[in-house]
Amino acid sequence: MKKILIVDDEPNIVMALEYTFKKNNFEVFIARDGQEALEILKNQLPDVIILDVMMPMVDGFATLEHIKKNERLRHCKVIFLSAKNKEKDIESGLALGANLYVTKPFSVKKLVEQVHELTQ
Amino acid sequence: MNSIGLLLILVIYLAILFFIAHWSEKRSHSKWTNNAYVYSFSLAVYCTAWTYYGSIGVAAESGLNYLTIYLGPILIIPTWMIILKKIIRISRVNKISSIADFISLRYGNSRFLGALVTMVCIFGIVPYIALQLKSISDTFHIVTKTESSANIFTDTTTYVCLALALFASYYGTKYVDASEKRRGIVTAVALESILKLIFFLIIGIYVTYFVFDGFDDIYQKAALLKDFDKKNTIGGISNGINWFFLCILSMFAIFLLPRQFHTAIVENNKENHIRTAIWLFPLYLLLFNIFVFPIAWGGNILFEGKGHNSDTYSLLIPQLFDNNTLTVLVFLGGFSAAISMIIVSCISLSTMLSNNLLIPYGFIGSLENASQKKNNRRIVNSRKIGIFSLIILSYAIYRIFILDYSLFSVGLVAFVIIAQLAPSFFGALFWRRGSKKGTITGIILGFSVCFYTLLIPFAIGLTKSTSMFIQEGPWGITLLKPFQLFGLDYLEPIPHAFFWSLLINTFSYMAISVSFSGNYRERNYAEMFVDIDKYITNHENAFIWKGTAYISDIQKVLQRFLGEDRTKRALTIFNLKYNVDKDITTADARFIKFAENLLTGHIGTASAKILISSVIKEDKISLPEVLRILEESKENLIINKKLTDTSNELKKISVQLKNANLELVNKDIQKDEFLDTVTHELRTPITAIRAASEILHDDEDIPDELRKQFLQNIISESDRLNRLIDKILDLEKFETGKQKIYLSKNDISRTIKNTLESLQQLIKNKKIEVVFEESSSEIKAFYDEERIVQVVTNLVSNAIKFSANANGKIIISIIENRDNIEVKIHNNGKGIKKEDFEAIFDKFYQSRNQNVKKPIGSGLGLAICKKIIEHHKGRIWAEKEVLEGATFIFTLPNYNTAENS
Repeated sequence: MKKILIVDDEPNIVMALEYTFKKNNFEVFIARDGQEALEILKNQLPDVIILDVMMPMVDGFATLEHIKKNERLRHCKVIFLSAKNKEKDIESGLALGANLYVTKPFSVKKLVEQVHELTQ
Repeated sequence: MNSIGLLLILVIYLAILFFIAHWSEKRSHSKWTNNAYVYSFSLAVYCTAWTYYGSIGVAAESGLNYLTIYLGPILIIPTWMIILKKIIRISRVNKISSIADFISLRYGNSRFLGALVTMVCIFGIVPYIALQLKSISDTFHIVTKTESSANIFTDTTTYVCLALALFASYYGTKYVDASEKRRGIVTAVALESILKLIFFLIIGIYVTYFVFDGFDDIYQKAALLKDFDKKNTIGGISNGINWFFLCILSMFAIFLLPRQFHTAIVENNKENHIRTAIWLFPLYLLLFNIFVFPIAWGGNILFEGKGHNSDTYSLLIPQLFDNNTLTVLVFLGGFSAAISMIIVSCISLSTMLSNNLLIPYGFIGSLENASQKKNNRRIVNSRKIGIFSLIILSYAIYRIFILDYSLFSVGLVAFVIIAQLAPSFFGALFWRRGSKKGTITGIILGFSVCFYTLLIPFAIGLTKSTSMFIQEGPWGITLLKPFQLFGLDYLEPIPHAFFWSLLINTFSYMAISVSFSGNYRERNYAEMFVDIDKYITNHENAFIWKGTAYISDIQKVLQRFLGEDRTKRALTIFNLKYNVDKDITTADARFIKFAENLLTGHIGTASAKILISSVIKEDKISLPEVLRILEESKENLIINKKLTDTSNELKKISVQLKNANLELVNKDIQKDEFLDTVTHELRTPITAIRAASEILHDDEDIPDELRKQFLQNIISESDRLNRLIDKILDLEKFETGKQKIYLSKNDISRTIKNTLESLQQLIKNKKIEVVFEESSSEIKAFYDEERIVQVVTNLVSNAIKFSANANGKIIISIIENRDNIEVKIHNNGKGIKKEDFEAIFDKFYQSRNQNVKKPIGSGLGLAICKKIIEHHKGRIWAEKEVLEGATFIFTLPNYNTAENS
């Protein structure tokens, strides 16, 4: 069973994602901000991390930087999920080493497909 | 009076003079030494012993002729406002320190011309100084009733000379820069001018009213003397022409005598002082002349047939009546007149001697490589030696040659010699075509004529009327008789010499100037002299020069005379004045002129040019080119002024534009940020709605409970979306001023309580303790309740969001101040970052880290709160000095205490 970590501070979005990925046979972990995510990552090694960019305290970019510094987490696939859809936001997100940058609002179905592709 | 006594008085008098000079040198900036009166009185150095004693002699011997010497200056002085001002300006900007510098600079900065002018001045003035020494000596012997001594060691004049030389060389060479002001000397001279006038007036009053019984009495008694009528009428046309020439002669003298040039030009501190001088100086001359006639004829009456020297009547009369005090006073007045002339003349001549003769022709080579200290010592020493040698020379002339001549005649000879400078001097001011060749030829020819018609006859001996040379001309050629040249027989020797020498001088100056054009440098300076008013502020601009020069080379030369510090300062001034980058290494024309000016005061114009030329490479430049550049630069000066004005204007506008632009950019950034925030805020609920809808749409076997939850989510997110839109519109209304506030009297405690009730659900959810510290009494205020509810809701819900997750606590309190009502909302959460204190109320505020999310809606919420409170004329802020958590405070005006309640 593949593991996925969803990091977002919007409970309703998280709820939709949690339901969808569970249905698609993922083991789902949830964090409400970057700090919580890093906390979880101490014990878990998910295949995919879905990261919101704008979050209180530790934002998505900073979280990814932490992840990339950690040798153990290096091979996690990371998808940014953000309402910031300017080209420069997307570029800087990918430059940090994210595998995908998905802009909000997004199609749940398509996101699942993309995650599958990444984990194959 | 015995010699020792008089000598003692002289010593005391000189000591006082030294003290005055010393005192004013120390107070060189005080208004006591720096005023128009000191300037005007110092000009009275014009009145020498010749005026003091000689006028009386002339009046006694030949009637009114003495007046011409004063009429000339009085007639020309009104033009000083224009002419003298022009000369002062030219001299100031070019650092000119003598008439030799003035003339030689104008005619292309010619070394030879400077030397020539110096020679002419020395020729004219040294005998004149000798004359002053003679007067001191003569009068001394009259007062002490002794015979003059042949032994120079027992001759008092020797010691007087020595004292004067010491005084002049000490105070006259205090500054290496000869164009510097010598306040000490000038003040002493001004004081002496006052003293000599007062003493002269005293003796005049004494003779007129005490010896005689007023003017009428003298006139009546004098009218009985023989020759009275003849001596006191102007004898027809020929005598009138003599008068005319003598007036012109003295007119020139007031400009050209080195001592006059020195006091009027070099020592002028402010152009404005001329305004006082043009009335005070003529008045002075007038006062001086009131009693000349009574004393002269009083003497003639008293000493009729006794054969006394009429020059000395002013001493002989009080002596006749045994009035010792008055005799000594008169003597001191004459002594003052003599020594001030000697001192100023010697300083002026020695500057010329060193700057225009000794340095450029002598030791300029050794100055080139020596240190500043050594150079300055040499320059000052050369001037001191100059002063001593001039006085010694004068002393020698006095001892050997002119023991026989009257004061008047030698003085006038000096005037005629100096007048040879007139054509080139006045030409320098008004005529652009005047050239160096013309000037030199004019001066040499004019001087030669003087030499022939005045100096040779005087040397042979005026008194030996039997001289063949004078009576019949050389080799019996009557046309060449020195006093009746070319048959001109109705002029006196002085006007005669003046007429011929100046005629030939002026003619050759003009003819040669017109026939042979001068070089470009002459033309360049002609422009700068004639049009000085145009170049007064930036005269370096008018200097034309082409070639290669390096600032560092010139700087080295400057340092040898000015020292390192002053050179550096001067360079800074230059760079500032012309807005030149200090890193530029090549020197332009302006800098070369600037550097020459800096050296001019020290070593004269000619040497300055020679020294600067030795380190730069000048390219040939043609006269037409110079004329073209001058024409252009004239236009440029005007255009430049306009340009500077315009560019200043532009600069101002561009700064304003820049600021406006910055503001716009700032606003633009803010707008972008706002849009980002808003779109983010809008997209978030849409994302949730979309995700939920998609699931509901695609997933048919979703559990009922979850389906309901998703639908609920859609509803709440739609509400959120709607609220957000409301907020944006709200803010927009406030921004554009469309929002109205409806004020009514309300109880603030009640409003807060009501608001808290509506937030109960949120508070419960987060398990937060809310404390509302109600005030005991009602606090009424005027406000729009709906809006204040909005503010409190916003602040409290923020507080809820930010308060600590466990043991969260919010404290709300109200304070009634005299002027306002203060509402405080505090939470114990993480607090606000320092850098955000001001910014959180900006409508599109984002924390410095752009991706860190603010609690939902707060960005707009606080901005709206601020607008609402401001519309109520209150204030809202976050308190900085908080130990833990965050405190927001807003105020509303307290109308309960205000007058308009």
